[in-house]
Amino acid sequence: MSTETLTARLRDSAAVRHLATWDAAIIAATIAFLVVAAQTVEHFGTARNAGYIILDLAPILLLALAMTLIVTTGEIDLSVASTVGLTSAAMGVMWNSGIPLETIMPLAVVLGALLGAVNGLFITGFGLPSLAVTIGTLALYRGLSYVLLGDTAVADWPRAFTGWVLGTIGETQVPNVLIPLAALAAVVAVVLHATTVGRAVYAAGANPIAAAYAGVPVRRLKFWLYVASGAMAGLCGVFWTLRYSSARADNAFGLELTVVAVVLLGGVSIFGGKGALPGVLAAVVLLTALQNALRLAHVSTEALTVVTGSLLIAAVLAPNTASAIRGALRHRQRRTV
Amino acid sequence: MSRKRILRLTTPLLAAALLAACGGTTQGDEDEGGGAGTGATADPDADFQTGLSVAMLPKSVNNPYFESSSAGAESVVTGLEGTFEYTGPSDASASSQVSYIDTLSQQATDVILLSANDPNALCSSLEQARGAGTVVVTFDSDVDPGCRDLFVSQVDGAEVGRALLEMTAEQIGGSGQIAVLSATANATNQNAWIAVMEEELESNPDYADIELVDVVYGDDEDEKSFSETQGLLQAHPDLSAIVSPTTVGIAAAARYLSGSQYQGEVALTGLGTPNQMREYIEDGTVTEFALWDPTALGELAAWTGAAAASGIITGAEGETFTAGELGEYTVGADGVVTLGPPTRFNADNIDDYDF
Amino acid sequence: MTALLKRPSRGTAAGTGSTALDLALRFRALGLLIALAVLVAATAAVNPRFLGLQSVQDMLFAAAITVLLASGMTVVVLTRGIDLSVGSVLGLSAYLTASLLSETGAPVVLALLAGLAIGAACGAANGAIIHFGKVPPLVATLGTLYIVRGLVYFAAGGSRVNASDLPRGFLDFGNGSVLGVPYLFLISLAVLVAVAVFLAGTRAGRDLYALGSNPEGARLVGVRAGRRLMTAYVLCGALAGLGGVLHAARFGTVDASAGHGLELTVVAAVVVGGVAIFGGSGTVLGAGLGALLLAVINNALPVLRIDQFWQQAIVGALILAAIALDRLVGLRAARALRRKGSHVD
Repeated sequence: MSTETLTARLRDSAAVRHLATWDAAIIAATIAFLVVAAQTVEHFGTARNAGYIILDLAPILLLALAMTLIVTTGEIDLSVASTVGLTSAAMGVMWNSGIPLETIMPLAVVLGALLGAVNGLFITGFGLPSLAVTIGTLALYRGLSYVLLGDTAVADWPRAFTGWVLGTIGETQVPNVLIPLAALAAVVAVVLHATTVGRAVYAAGANPIAAAYAGVPVRRLKFWLYVASGAMAGLCGVFWTLRYSSARADNAFGLELTVVAVVLLGGVSIFGGKGALPGVLAAVVLLTALQNALRLAHVSTEALTVVTGSLLIAAVLAPNTASAIRGALRHRQRRTV
Repeated sequence: MSRKRILRLTTPLLAAALLAACGGTTQGDEDEGGGAGTGATADPDADFQTGLSVAMLPKSVNNPYFESSSAGAESVVTGLEGTFEYTGPSDASASSQVSYIDTLSQQATDVILLSANDPNALCSSLEQARGAGTVVVTFDSDVDPGCRDLFVSQVDGAEVGRALLEMTAEQIGGSGQIAVLSATANATNQNAWIAVMEEELESNPDYADIELVDVVYGDDEDEKSFSETQGLLQAHPDLSAIVSPTTVGIAAAARYLSGSQYQGEVALTGLGTPNQMREYIEDGTVTEFALWDPTALGELAAWTGAAAASGIITGAEGETFTAGELGEYTVGADGVVTLGPPTRFNADNIDDYDF
Repeated sequence: MTALLKRPSRGTAAGTGSTALDLALRFRALGLLIALAVLVAATAAVNPRFLGLQSVQDMLFAAAITVLLASGMTVVVLTRGIDLSVGSVLGLSAYLTASLLSETGAPVVLALLAGLAIGAACGAANGAIIHFGKVPPLVATLGTLYIVRGLVYFAAGGSRVNASDLPRGFLDFGNGSVLGVPYLFLISLAVLVAVAVFLAGTRAGRDLYALGSNPEGARLVGVRAGRRLMTAYVLCGALAGLGGVLHAARFGTVDASAGHGLELTVVAAVVVGGVAIFGGSGTVLGAGLGALLLAVINNALPVLRIDQFWQQAIVGALILAAIALDRLVGLRAARALRRKGSHVD
């Protein structure tokens, strides 16, 4: 059985069709929320606010892109936020030692990729569970960033760079960072949904043994996905450092939970094999815009914590309940017939 | 098949990072001169504007210290018929404060009273807010002077350092080993006070027999401060006193000492709130400690913000304004307004205070 | 996460009759004990005060709450689950019981019961979402981590319960000891023993191992999965709730951030203690030793004058080493089993 027929079957399966509805639902919910909030929350619907939302969602989006691929293969990477912290701290150290920023930025991405490779090696090389490995590297990488920078901050980043990250294109209100973000999202979308790599990702998640028989190099695929995840986290470290003009060991602390939350909220199954990027993108926008609207509406952050948690559970609970109800209905129909 | 494609996927990342390159930019290339002066002139005889919208943004909202400051600021703002909002993140991180500043500047708030989590990370957001006409007054913890209009300092740094050392020397009889339990290693305030203490120890003959043996950091986290105290006492068996110039640290250290064999043996002093320390003054763990009144600090911050928004002051050195019942204040160098000397609390007066 | 990563089952604490497996398991506890001994000896060599009464007491105090939570976490992890909400549950219980005490001055026993009840309620919610909602434990408890923390923020806001607001008796209980051993540690120890007996000596306990090593198989032989899962999560939640009361008693000051991020330490203790993250194998004794090891490391670093910033990195490295070691031992045991099998043939 080739990868093509395997994924063709997958695509036809009820589970995937089912998911398409969740995908559509989350996109519809996001659009509806944006429309309603623009009408009801003062200052929400302005171009300037859209710019703030894009800056706020950038780090979540960068990490979520790679996380979507990894979760789709049935694995997880909890170390991403710590990788952001460690690359940011390393950037600070390199900057202090006089290395030019143009060299530091690609090095940060390479460092991220190496940290991802360590995860990949433990998981695919030694066959260890990704949850445990990345909880370990979550602590390890965060710890190492403290070892590098301690509690100090490196803040004297050049204005030419920090200004670009915060700036807009020409006279428009479109933030500069939107272009690379959109490009990256497009690349990942194409890879996941229109290439053999993408099909291999779904196959590896849906049934790794079948995928391996079908000729998908499951281990190698997963290894490179962790490398990619690390590289994205490195890029996110560069963004974070320049956006806040501050390299600190505690940068992006706790962000991994938000990233996992948006990926699951976006309809990616934690068991692997199911999920699509548009849903994840919508979830990223929804969560960030919701946060923004609540702040503008003077609602306390406590409410947001509860909303995030509930949405996360609902994202998995709702399809489960729906299919249970559908199952029960079908059962009754059959009986009446 | 996957390796090539994934390489192809990661290459643009590197390329994107490299694209920004336009010749080596290294540390120290840029010499920025952010200026506080806005060119506006002060009108010392102007009246306080009424109906100002004032927002207080603390380091984090779950902190009783800032609740007190907020109460003080609110009373001043309502007195001026303005609107007051107390808002902020639940975690004390600079990045979450940025989002709040963005929100406040969009709402065209007249005055932001800010206690900063990072001296630099907030600057670009603050600049945008000030560009839109918002007056930014920092209190408790400052940002880079170029990014705000005024800073309301709780106390003069040198005075705190000296007061801490005076109290310590009194309690240990002028000789012995002392150690400092601080907040975080890059906390601006604490580091300045510790530097003053070190200088005094070097130069002042009264303190010739006192030796500062260690500085540890409890990160302003209760449990961490607690175990750092523990570590200090183990590492330095001959320690006579611990100085903790942070409210979280001194409370944690007091709690540890009061339940340990060191109670009464090792002196503890520093900066703490009367409500948190009352118990340890009563049980004899602590003899005397100091702090400013956070409510008064909040009041002064609100008066300063209102004065700046009304054009009474601009932040230039030497300007004066009247802060209600607090009296007259003069703007110092770098746009700093100082509340006054710290208050010392001991068994005789602690019951007069409730914060 | 996937079938590929399913580790070879290494039998249960109750023993499988295979000496190779038993050795592998005992070796783990022994290894932890040796690591502990080496660490303590090295630190004491640098500073003899490390073994002083006060210092040892401090370590037991520090370990007490982690040991307690690790006992509950073990039970959940054995079923292939995880409970990330323990830190938040501890915070909720700590804040609510502390405010209850400061307002009513209720006796300590009542506070302990209230904490247990709050925790059990949270645990029941987790169990229900996981079992009835068929939501994976990682997702469900990540969700409740947020929700429960949000509730603590709602309840506490910017206020804080100070030590001076709490009854004297409660604080004495939190800081007191008998024969040098803190009450808190005795409670944790008693809980650990009880959980160990439950896991090894009761039908329900062994069902948990069965569920963890082969869920389908366990169901086929008649294990009532729903009831057992609920038991596991309620137990884990209740112990986190109890931990909250102990936290309040020990620290006296309780604000909305109590227990923030604690889940990581507890999971680390359990993993370092040799409980397989994908269920079916491990003992609560191992988890307890893991918790003790982490606490000792924490206390040894400042004494050894090692930069405190290394602490988290060391914990991370330990987790990686522990799971790698487990894997190695597991592979060897499996190979040994296979060899033995062929002899019988």
